[in-house]
Amino acid sequence: MTTLDCLTPGSEALLIEVGGARPFQCRLMEMGLLPGTRVQVVRRNHFGGVLELKVRHSHVTVRTIEASQLIVSPA
Amino acid sequence: MLSRPSTALLTVVIAGNPNTGKTTVFNQLTGGRAKVGNYPGITVSRHEGRLALDGVDGPHGADGVGTVRVLDSPGTYSLSARSKDELLALQAVAGLPPLERPDLVVVVVDSTQLNRNLYLVLQIIELGLPVVVALNMTDMLPALGREVDAQALEQTLGVPVVSLVARKGRGFDELRQAMAKVLQHREAGLPGWRWKPEAGPLLEDLAVVEPLVPAAWTGNGSGSRRALATWSLLSLDDDDELTEVPEELRRAVESRRSLARETGRSIDREIIEGRYRWIDAHADRFLKSGTAVVSLTDRIDRIILNPLIGFALFLGLMTLVFQSLFTWADPMIGFIETLFGWCGDQISRLLPEGLFASFVVDGLIGGVGAFVVFLPQILLLFLLIGIMEDTGYMARVAVLMDRIMKSLGLHGRAFVPMLSGYACAVPAIMATRNMERRRDRLLTMMVLPLMTCSARLPVYGLLIAAIFASRGESGFAQGLLMAGMYLFGTAAALICALVLSKTMLKGKPSPLLIELPPYRMPHWPSVLQTMWEQTRAFIQKAGTIILICSIGMWLLLSFPRDVELDHDYAAERAALELKLATAGLEDAEQGRLHVRLDALGAEEAGERTRKSYAGHLGQVLEPVLEPLGFDWKIGIGIISAFAAREVFVSTMGVVYGVGEGADETTPALRDRLRKATWPDGRKVFTPLTCLSLMIFFALACQCMSTLAVTRLETGTWLWPALMLVYMTSLAWLTSFAVYQGGRLLGFE
Repeated sequence: MTTLDCLTPGSEALLIEVGGARPFQCRLMEMGLLPGTRVQVVRRNHFGGVLELKVRHSHVTVRTIEASQLIVSPA
Repeated sequence: MLSRPSTALLTVVIAGNPNTGKTTVFNQLTGGRAKVGNYPGITVSRHEGRLALDGVDGPHGADGVGTVRVLDSPGTYSLSARSKDELLALQAVAGLPPLERPDLVVVVVDSTQLNRNLYLVLQIIELGLPVVVALNMTDMLPALGREVDAQALEQTLGVPVVSLVARKGRGFDELRQAMAKVLQHREAGLPGWRWKPEAGPLLEDLAVVEPLVPAAWTGNGSGSRRALATWSLLSLDDDDELTEVPEELRRAVESRRSLARETGRSIDREIIEGRYRWIDAHADRFLKSGTAVVSLTDRIDRIILNPLIGFALFLGLMTLVFQSLFTWADPMIGFIETLFGWCGDQISRLLPEGLFASFVVDGLIGGVGAFVVFLPQILLLFLLIGIMEDTGYMARVAVLMDRIMKSLGLHGRAFVPMLSGYACAVPAIMATRNMERRRDRLLTMMVLPLMTCSARLPVYGLLIAAIFASRGESGFAQGLLMAGMYLFGTAAALICALVLSKTMLKGKPSPLLIELPPYRMPHWPSVLQTMWEQTRAFIQKAGTIILICSIGMWLLLSFPRDVELDHDYAAERAALELKLATAGLEDAEQGRLHVRLDALGAEEAGERTRKSYAGHLGQVLEPVLEPLGFDWKIGIGIISAFAAREVFVSTMGVVYGVGEGADETTPALRDRLRKATWPDGRKVFTPLTCLSLMIFFALACQCMSTLAVTRLETGTWLWPALMLVYMTSLAWLTSFAVYQGGRLLGFE
């Protein structure tokens, strides 16, 4: 168990828990990032401070700080 | 032909996630002839078009071909809402008051991201609205190794599903047929809830909340009460921005939520997961995924989002945007200025000299020219933004710039408008449309005019030359000062953004959840249409305001006409002309007389301007301007610069009797400025005054066109008024501090 921001690009994981404030949780879940969802880290952009994820066939970016609130189990 | 009130027509709303091709579908259906209106009471624009459908009863009875209204709606991933912007999507789709309930919702779905798109489809079905699903971008599926069975999807969802390739115009006959079918037989698009809350506790929550949903929300639609109860449970929050939510409902939602929390439940998760579980459980029926392929987008992104190459590319592209506005638009602008100048000349030749000719040439033609001159930059900027937006690059810019812009309280998407602000605030303010949230847009608009636009350059040029009077016009120190002014303007904009974002325009921090759409070739008809619509809106709405202001400025500078002049210019001119007419004059003598005649004209124009209403106003304002080091003649320049900042230079030319054609490099103007004195003999244009004046120009809202375009974009006079007040106060205070501080320190 680790947080999403710790994953290396290219690795996949199962989302275990979505933390953070309620609006953030809801927004994330509505975009399809629910507990149990398979997530792939596509790349990390240090300049922008963001993480690009592949979830349910779509590419979504989250801020690295915000990704640290998502608990995952590497798969 | 009698036109029926539009409310009598059947209404179709086009809904969908962002980047699904909603706009293309809308344009294809309405033939691109949409009216741009506003949502009632707010300033978000809404497109409305007409569509003739076979088999729908028309305005003239059951003649078989009927016209329906087609409306767009904001792109959204979900109908749940915490902000007013998000509420708009629900209002538009579900027809909550003050908007009317649609007779059909066409949900445009990106077939390459089907499961996530279906989440919105389920919500709309739950609301009890007749639905047709337009399955778009089906041509992209084979490359991804995927297949979507539209028929199976139709059976699963229980609503008509039509495959489309909107950009290529494929599938629209089928879409129109499906729309007509549902408009005739509502039930065909009303399958009832797909996912049903089954867990006991959630049903209890809904049962408590449901009776509190206001009757006004459900209208006459019967099935939507439960859906709106579900919506309330997901949306209402102790810090949402929604007004007009009954306090009872809000309290009930809060208490159910905390009750659930105590027992370890999350209502949010139960609802959202319920919908996604239903989608996932049925996906096998309609979605077949082969082996994953590395898509073209993945391959392009490896380069474009690569830290090194990607950043270089980003800088290159942004330089291109900047260059095109700053340099490439110039020949076009020059051409327009020449054209309007030429028209003015032709007309002044036709009309007898006098007040009317002056009104037509300086007031009318000058006024129209004052806004037409913005068109090249507006067209160019919207072409470039359209391409970046349509190819999917703009989403990447927002991601790349997020960290920097967020630290200033700005949205990542504010970067392109802010950059464009270095050329001109007018197109840049229009470009803030690329941001969805109203607060992000307003914040960017309010600070944009502080960026050093190209109209400030001639003013800085003149004043810098005045500061370094003895040392010529170009040099290292001069260049450094110019660069310093750029830096100062940028810093002022960024600091104001930071302050405003923490005070007046404080917003809820929004998580950065940007979808990176796949790269596509730009769809030229859409790009060109947006370009044209923006330009048309500018000409119609901002153009009128700019024209009226120009005429106002002309009145201020040309009246009163019957002033007492110090010289009898007419007599002196007549004398000179008589001499000129004498036969046998030498060429040199003739030249000398012409120069004196021109100088006389310039002197007269100068005196008339000094004695105009603008001149009076300058004198009235002198007590306010004096603490900044400005005399009343500078006051006239500042007043006239409201038409456009660069006008300051030519007005100073007129006021100092050098003539209208003066620019910042005219030696005679520099010379007169250097010699200008206060009544007590002190010099006016000391280095300190010039610096104070440059700072005033950097910060003051000296531009009626900026205010006009802010009025156009915000829909009220409130924001332009605020902009004028805050920028002018900031300019006055800063110039005051610089001038008085400088004097205390012994500078002059």
